Amino acid sequence: MKSFFRMSYPYILWIAVFIVAPMFMILLYALTRTGNSTLTFQFTLDNFARFLREPTFLRVLWTSLRVALLTTVFCILIGYPAALFIAGLPERRQTMMVLLLTLPMWINMLLKTYAWRGILLNFDFASETKVFIGMVYDFLPYMIIQIHTSISKMNPDLKTAAYDLGANKWVTFKRVTLPLSIPGIISGITLVFLPAVSSFVIPKLLGGGDYVLIGNLIEIYFLTAGDWNFGSAISLIMALIIIASMWATKKLDRNAQEE
Amino acid sequence: MKKKRKTLWEHFTSCYLLLILLFIYLPILYVILFSFNESKSLSNFTGFSLKWYENMFQDRTMLQSIYYTVLVAVIATVVSTIVGTVAAIGLSKAKRVVRTLVLEVNNLPVMNPDIVTAIGLMLLFISMKVQLSLVTLILAHITFCIPYVILSVMPKLRQLDDNVAEAALDLGANPWQALTKVIIPQIYPAILSGALIAFSMSFDDFVISFFTAGVGINNISMYVYSMKRYNPSVNALSTLIMVVVTLILILVNVIPSVREKRNKKEEA
Repeated sequence: MKSFFRMSYPYILWIAVFIVAPMFMILLYALTRTGNSTLTFQFTLDNFARFLREPTFLRVLWTSLRVALLTTVFCILIGYPAALFIAGLPERRQTMMVLLLTLPMWINMLLKTYAWRGILLNFDFASETKVFIGMVYDFLPYMIIQIHTSISKMNPDLKTAAYDLGANKWVTFKRVTLPLSIPGIISGITLVFLPAVSSFVIPKLLGGGDYVLIGNLIEIYFLTAGDWNFGSAISLIMALIIIASMWATKKLDRNAQEE
Repeated sequence: MKKKRKTLWEHFTSCYLLLILLFIYLPILYVILFSFNESKSLSNFTGFSLKWYENMFQDRTMLQSIYYTVLVAVIATVVSTIVGTVAAIGLSKAKRVVRTLVLEVNNLPVMNPDIVTAIGLMLLFISMKVQLSLVTLILAHITFCIPYVILSVMPKLRQLDDNVAEAALDLGANPWQALTKVIIPQIYPAILSGALIAFSMSFDDFVISFFTAGVGINNISMYVYSMKRYNPSVNALSTLIMVVVTLILILVNVIPSVREKRNKKEEA
């Protein structure tokens, strides 16, 4: 049986070249100056300093975080009741609803966003509103599915017990259902906030050319300006923010479970 | 009194869910309706016509983008399903430390924002002096598809009873036979769903393709992204893709249950 382990050698080689090496390339480019040749690296922190010194870049970062946060909050506010109501349906209709919600996930996100472009061209909304609608649309199903999964995993006896002990519907929801569904909300947040921060298709298609989020900034520095060093630094800053927020949500999850 | 309030609440929840579904299906209904529109209008349906479908089949760049999308998705799915399944079987027999480490790295493309994976691969190709082309595009797609196959196959493999493969070896099967006759048949559904996820990931990808494809190689997403003005032919294209995707999903979900029913009938 041990010999079967050898079957994973090709893949280990593959991830070394195509997953690990690219991450090092980003780090290397972010920490070096433009125009270094293959072997002489000029290490510098200038790329990071440039980002932090320039108010324009900080404003883009702030806008990205604000839009992503707002998207997440709205996905929870709209998605939580939906997940709760679905969990209250008879089993057959529950499966049907989940199926109906997951079906559009299989359709190309770019095509759905393009459809929104057509719809929203009829309205005179601000760029940010359009981007916000597009993002809530794109991520809402993930939030609903995550919360629904955690609610439907709940032991129904717990609710019965709460009623037996004299709690009304609202108290039962507040003290039993809501706390038990927090892990679902947390995994929903990771599925919504993280891609929302780095999204660059939705802002470009719905916000128009002048609406720039951090993902668009990376695209501009890589493909238009050709400054890969600075582009790598921006993406590292973004990755750091994402790792930090993931760490924070994990911590939140642990605290919630301890309570 | 109490009963009446309950039905009112039920009405409210049904209305709410209906609104959610309407929101989720709004762009899809819009696309289908306006793909048959006679004029270029975005708000008025002026009459039925098939002209956007005709336009689509005359648009060579659009047809080419469909070709590249399908070609890349098929190659990436086949390669990543094979490599991913083989790797997962190997890893399931690896030492715990090795397995955990490899699976952590394997998760990177899943957890990382697409744009980070994309620029990492672009920098790798360019610094290795490999010119961006169809080949780099396919390599990139294989790279982000394999992790999904492994994530799909791995849990199933861990449920397997090691003793069954062990018994096959003891009874004189060689490792190849143990693999193809014992292990793979047991994890077949997981391999299939891994392949389906890989295909869908590759078919729908935009960001990673955008950074790793050579000049003149556009998939559907890149073609749509690059369009400067609103083009109603895209509605026709989207409608066709939605029909095909729905058909595939129905087939994938219906065939196993029909087969199961037939098997049960034969048993009975």
